Amino acid sequence: MKAAVTVYPGSNCDRDMKVALEAVGFDVTMVWHKDDALPAGTDLVAVPGGFSFGDYLRCGAIAANAPIVGALKAHAERGGFVLGVCNGFQVLTETGLLPGALLRNAGLKYICRTVGLSVSENQSLFTGGYEAGEQIALPIAHHDGNYFADDASLDRLEGEGRVAFRYTDNPNGSARDIAGILSENRRVLGMMPHPERASDSAHGNEDGARLFAHMTKALTEA
Amino acid sequence: MKARVHVMLKQGVLDPQGEAVRHALGSLGFEGVNGVRQGKVIELDLADGTSEAQIGEMCEKLLANTVIESYRIEVL
Repeated sequence: MKAAVTVYPGSNCDRDMKVALEAVGFDVTMVWHKDDALPAGTDLVAVPGGFSFGDYLRCGAIAANAPIVGALKAHAERGGFVLGVCNGFQVLTETGLLPGALLRNAGLKYICRTVGLSVSENQSLFTGGYEAGEQIALPIAHHDGNYFADDASLDRLEGEGRVAFRYTDNPNGSARDIAGILSENRRVLGMMPHPERASDSAHGNEDGARLFAHMTKALTEA
Repeated sequence: MKARVHVMLKQGVLDPQGEAVRHALGSLGFEGVNGVRQGKVIELDLADGTSEAQIGEMCEKLLANTVIESYRIEVL
């Protein structure tokens, strides 16, 4: 199993992501944003958290136009798996691989704490290790995590079972408490909470580890 | 040539920063400020002959996120 973690100037969760992926058996390559190709045979591309390009213009906007994004889109189009966390989620919405956008938190403050989530949907590579409706807790750390999409798009996401995670106590104003969403083919997940920061006993919370563990299990069995 | 691009959040998209500015104006004693919307202005220094269509493409591809923002181009 091969994973690639994209790295931009300002990424700061890239190495945590690598550690979490390696812990479940992925062979991980770090891919610089100026590269225009992914390693051959990449199963999963992880777009990590951080402040790519200093959040200039809009969070994720410049990263979404970096040279590596052509290869990322081609990977997604041929059915490859993509996981975007925090700034990675912002990048995926800016590329158009996921619908909607992440606005400034409704309370205007940067929020860094562990929040409660419910797993709305467990039919995907990423969420299959959880029970549907299960309550978990993961850390968030963002200033712009207020998920927005028009009502028709939100209805469609809900109707197609593509809301992966919801906040149990909405911290940032996200529409319909959305914390993470899946693409139409369910192979791209974008989420604001950080599973890689809750994936080791030393973190004091291993709710995120099951996301990574299930990816390995599903890919091995496939 | 120069052009100016005005980027604003679309109507119906909550603008918490604009709301905070509105509250601040109220607490400074300015009455009757019913709403504040905050956007951004981007000035472009362009090669002569750049068409408005090309500037529009810049807006669509990078300068604005048309999911949440609208833009207006002003050629100076």
